[in-house]
Amino acid sequence: MTEWSFDVQTMTEPLLKITSVTKRFGGFTALDGVNLAVAQGERFGLIGPNGSGKTTLINCISGALRNEGGSIQFSGEEVSKLPAYQRTRRGIARSFQIPRPFTSMTVLENLLVPLEFVAHRNSLLRPDTRAEAMEILQSISLADKAGTPSNQLSQVELRKMELARAMAARPRLLISDEAMAGLSGNEIDEVLGILFKLNETGITIIMIEHIMQAVMRFSQRVVCLDAGKIICEGTPTTIVANADVQRAYLGA
Amino acid sequence: MKTNGYGFWIGSAVVLALACIAAATIKNEYYFFAAYIVVQFVVLATAWNILGGYAGYVNFGTSAFFGVGAYIAVMLIKWMNLPLGLQIVAAACVGGALGFAVGLLTLRLRGIFFSIATVAVTIILETAVINWRFVGGATGVQILRPPVMEPFDSYTKMLFVCAVILAIIAVAIARYIETSWIGRGLRAIRDNEEAAECTGVPTLKLKLAACAISGALMSAAGAPLAMYQSFVEPASAFNLTYSVSALAMPIIGGTSHWIGPVIGALLLGTVQQVVTVTISSELNVLVVGVLLVVFVVGAPQGIVGLFVKLREKIKGKNI
Repeated sequence: MTEWSFDVQTMTEPLLKITSVTKRFGGFTALDGVNLAVAQGERFGLIGPNGSGKTTLINCISGALRNEGGSIQFSGEEVSKLPAYQRTRRGIARSFQIPRPFTSMTVLENLLVPLEFVAHRNSLLRPDTRAEAMEILQSISLADKAGTPSNQLSQVELRKMELARAMAARPRLLISDEAMAGLSGNEIDEVLGILFKLNETGITIIMIEHIMQAVMRFSQRVVCLDAGKIICEGTPTTIVANADVQRAYLGA
Repeated sequence: MKTNGYGFWIGSAVVLALACIAAATIKNEYYFFAAYIVVQFVVLATAWNILGGYAGYVNFGTSAFFGVGAYIAVMLIKWMNLPLGLQIVAAACVGGALGFAVGLLTLRLRGIFFSIATVAVTIILETAVINWRFVGGATGVQILRPPVMEPFDSYTKMLFVCAVILAIIAVAIARYIETSWIGRGLRAIRDNEEAAECTGVPTLKLKLAACAISGALMSAAGAPLAMYQSFVEPASAFNLTYSVSALAMPIIGGTSHWIGPVIGALLLGTVQQVVTVTISSELNVLVVGVLLVVFVVGAPQGIVGLFVKLREKIKGKNI
């Protein structure tokens, strides 16, 4: 065990605590008693070969799927029975592996959805949500596309818009599901920069990624899933050196 | 395409005034008899569009709600002889409750599965009414019209003005939904339901609300049918052509803007009436089918979409 993960364990209350979460699809066990704790403000990496259950796990956290056994606690509260929109309102936001823009809306309008339904849902005075959306777009240099229909964006713009839309929900935990898939080197750096900046503002980030360089650069701690089970946990350097991880990825 | 609030209400007042003036000056009652049907379709198409257009849930059950509205009116006439206004209000309440209940059962289904479930609702309700003696069963029931209220000189004219008021209310509600946060939530649901839920949209609640409002308006549109025909029978009150027309009109007019269903209903409804009189009443179903195919293939955004494209072209030339 490294010094860093020791710190996490001594923390009184992790932001996200997953205890023996199980998910089956028919006879197939996608998640098999997964335990995980993510600390407030942490940069957490989740890796694993295709079909290992990464996306299933974050679907269970965000509420897109319901886990069958175990518990998911977010800042001390059990959320595993809540519908997804309630979890978003409590501070869990996510981006999608395959971007899911609201295609009939412009980029700016895409951001208005979480602003109206999460951030300002109880505001009696009508706040200037458009200005707020514009601010978020400026912070990730997407402001020039504000009026563009979201079905006319390039891949990197789509990825950035997904992150912006997640940010507009004012999350405490942001789950980035392969936000860098299909991007070029420079674009990966740009998205990584955005995530680092978000983390500096205090947002906890779980990154799921196949691009190893990116996860290893970004994460303070990495967990590797294989066939629905956590096979290894540690700092990026220990993970890369781990024999189980190498076997899972290379099949050696 | 933004219309400011005053413009809309002034427009509505003008439409209502014109309807009243027409009722006072035009003698031939047949025009009102035909116009009533067209205006009734404005209500049905607008109501359909709230769930089908904004949220993308294609409802084939318009005739279920319409028929329920008509039979609620029949029941109230037979029981207590309530006036028309109360019949409509009661029909709207029952339609809303039915929309909520049907929504709870069917809105977890998506796409074609939801549509099939709504067809089933129509068939279930029609079968129930056919087997219910009190409202006349399969043979239907005759209704005696009460004497016409002042200042109208004929019952048909009064029903026509009543339908115009209903249409204005329906369009105002649809317009409010479209321009508010509810409309944005429904659009998000149509574009991508998972993403909507994950950006904080309570998808089931919003769909239920849309289904209830839409159902209430459809039933309200059906309530005057009893008085209009002086006769109601299940096969015509629950006729599937209502479902088909209520779906075709917004698609032809354009589902993205509240004016779309209005244009579609006025256009298609009028064509149907003209065809019924000049050629045959069977042919008007064919007209709906052909126009629907033409628009789905040629102009999927409907007439509103064509208009927007044209305007963009003109703008492009000016620059």
